[in-house]
Parts: sequence; structure tokens; C-alpha cells
Amino acid sequence: MSPISRGFHRRHEADEPPGRVPPGQYVTSDFPVLSAGPTPHTRLGDWTFSIEGGRSPASWSWTEFQALPAETITVDIHCVTRWSKLDTTWKGVSLDTLLAAVSYDAPYVLAFCDGGYTTNLPVADLTGGKAWVAYSYDGGPLQAEHGGPARLLVPHLYFWKSAKWVRGLRLRDVDEPGFWEMYGYHMYGDPWREQRYAGD
Amino acid sequence: MARAAVRGRLNDPGGGSPRPPRLAWQTATVDSVADETPKVRTLSLSVPDWAGHQAGQHLDVRLTAEDGYRAERSYSIASAPGEPVAITVERLDDGEVSPYLTEELRPGDEIELRGPIGGYFVWDPVGADARAPLLLLAGGSGVVPLRAMLRHRARVGSSVPVRMLYSARSLAEVIYRAELAQPADGVEVIYTLTREQPPGWTGYARRADQAMIAGVAWPVAREPLAYVCGPTNFVEGVAADLVALGYPPLKVKTERFGATGTP
Repeated sequence: MSPISRGFHRRHEADEPPGRVPPGQYVTSDFPVLSAGPTPHTRLGDWTFSIEGGRSPASWSWTEFQALPAETITVDIHCVTRWSKLDTTWKGVSLDTLLAAVSYDAPYVLAFCDGGYTTNLPVADLTGGKAWVAYSYDGGPLQAEHGGPARLLVPHLYFWKSAKWVRGLRLRDVDEPGFWEMYGYHMYGDPWREQRYAGD
Repeated sequence: MARAAVRGRLNDPGGGSPRPPRLAWQTATVDSVADETPKVRTLSLSVPDWAGHQAGQHLDVRLTAEDGYRAERSYSIASAPGEPVAITVERLDDGEVSPYLTEELRPGDEIELRGPIGGYFVWDPVGADARAPLLLLAGGSGVVPLRAMLRHRARVGSSVPVRMLYSARSLAEVIYRAELAQPADGVEVIYTLTREQPPGWTGYARRADQAMIAGVAWPVAREPLAYVCGPTNFVEGVAADLVALGYPPLKVKTERFGATGTP
């Protein structure tokens, strides 16, 4: 039984419909920033996005990437630190498009980023219209502190899986923990099951 | 030893390893409360099954209302490893949890918590970085996990030299003011008061900038380790300044306090 905190009560009536916000989250209109170290700044001329580890690796320059078919998506995002932000609008390239360019049968990826950050994901969570590499937020370029020039966008998982400053994916036969996953965060990170920390 | 920290240190490959135990909620009792500033209070907690923590980690607090409504928040641990668990909470006026923790909670009351959480923003005095001079850069209540590091340094008898820059709006808003006024040997605390300075103030009186950071930071040649904690603007600016000075990004660890508008 949880102890009852006398005098504690809900201060903000929820405006959003039931079922819109995962358990343990609150809605914010800000866009908080979370990262483990300094924000990297990569020149677009040096930027590439690569898919490694398949039978036919692929890599795109920034210019090539901009020429790929892009989608505009509006989604809710959920950070493990408990804020959720509703109806965020992004533009980017679907992972379906990117993965179609390589031949592979690996079930997992490790996303890698400028600054050394990594995160692990099942391929099944990147395909089927569920994930993008986004380079625009709210109609403008994606700011560096929010992961620009491009970040992963996997909105159905906690937002640390939407790796900032992403530079590519390594296809993997086994599910290896990425950066936060090695520090005790959950290997999968489903906000609707509150998979915040290892063992949740 | 903290589970999360052990996983991090061992670089556990994860694949095929057994499912880790869940970090369980446990009931903690408030032992004492102490006001640090008019808006900031430290809660000392008795946590019977606490597994220990590292300096810099945080924990999650869960409150349950009489009608069953629950809210969870994360707070940095203010105490050193081996000391009773303490958190220092800043009251956010439109907040839901922080006003309760800073105004309503009394000694003897119970709350739920789980932790420790986070294994990256930690200082380990016996690890690979044991001899690196420490640069601690605090913005506002971002001083809390850095204070745990200072207390840990004193408890383990480390002689690692420390410089701390603490940016606060005014002297009245300096948290742990009395404690920081008597730093241990080898610890230097430098303040910048950004909004209001007492008469005769000779210290910094502006927001942290490149010149200030250059004046405070250890030379890169000494291979220092920097911890930066505060609001996003402070952390972004200071971390960029350190990189511009030549600090390797992996030697600049950051943690942000989300002033997220509607916590």
C-alpha cells in the first residue's frame, strides 16, 4: 500500500482526453533539453547518414539526404524524465525509405551519433511508418540543442530512443545496450508500460 | 552498490544476460527538514532498504493523494554516499509536487521513492578519474548533485583539487550557503550573483560567459573533469565555453534542471 500524502492533490486538471498521455507523465508546452554532454556541432558538408552492417551498406551526404522523399508528421513525444509534449510537428525521411536501400536480415540496430551517444532499437520498431530521421521541427531547421542537424524520431518509445545528432545505424544480430541503456535505463522503453529503468 | 552504476561500469553487453531486478518503490520516512533559502528545503529521509548511491545520482519520488491521484518527479540526491538519503527541493510556484514537498511535508511523514538512478553524471573518487582536478559548475539548484560530490570528497579524504563556480540570482538564493562558506582544503568556491549583489560585493555579477569560464576553469593540460548542472541555457553556454577552451567533450558531463513550465 502506498502511503497517502494528506494535503496533496492534483493541481492541474488534465485538458487532454483520457488515454492521450502515458502513465506517470505530465504535459508541457516547453521543449526541455536533456543530454549527457556538450552539444556537438557538425558542419553539414561533413555530415553523412550511414546504414552499416547489412549486406549492402548505404550512406547519404546531407545534400543526398535532403533529396530523399520527406514526410511531415505530427506526433506526441514522451520523455523518461516525465514530460510529454503533444502534437509536435516534424519533417524527415521515413526509416522505411532508408532501410529499403540496404539488404539485411538483422533484427536490431544500434543508432550512433555525434558526441558518442548510442541507443538500441529493434528493426521492427523502425519500420512500418513508425520512425523517421527528422531534420525539421515546427517548420524550421532542427536546432542543435534539440538534436540538429538531424535526429532519430521514434515517438512510440521514450524520447531518449529518438537519438539526437544521429549519424547512422549499425544493424545487429543481438540487442546490445546503448548509452543510457548501459546506465540502467530500459532496453526497450515503452512509455505506455512505463519501461523507464532496467527491469521495469 | 548502485545497480545502475554497476551495469554502467561493467559495460554489460546485455544480450542474453538475465532480466535485471526491477528498481522497487519503497517507503521512506522524513527524518528532518531544513530550509536552505526561502524557496528551497532539504529533506533528510530514512530509507530502510536503500542500496547505496554514487555522488551525482538522482531518485524518483511518488506521491499519492487521498483520491488515488499520483504524481512522480525526479530529484538529485543531495547527500554523499554513506550518508542518510537527502534531497533538496526548490519550490516552483505553479508546481504540483514541489510545493507539497517544501511546505506541507513534516518529519515523520512517509513518501515513496525509488533509486538510485543514472550512472553517467557521477563522480567516483576511486575510478579512472580519481586524480583529475574537478571543475564543478552550478546554476541555481543545479548545485545539489555537485554538493553531494563535495561531501563525498570530504568523507573519503580525497585531495583532488576542486574549483566550483556557482551562479545564483542573489546571495539569499545561494543554497548550502553556510556549508559552502567553509570549504574543505583544496576546494575553492567562486560565486557569480546575476541579479542582486550585496553592498561591497567584489565577485562576479553577471551571467556566466566565456571570459568567466576561462578565468575559473582548470587548464586543459591538467586533464580536469567538469560537471555542469543547471538550467538549459546555463548548461548549454557553459559546456560550449569549456569545449571552446579545449576541454574534450567526454570530460564535460552535463545534467539539466528542467524548468519545464508546468511541472
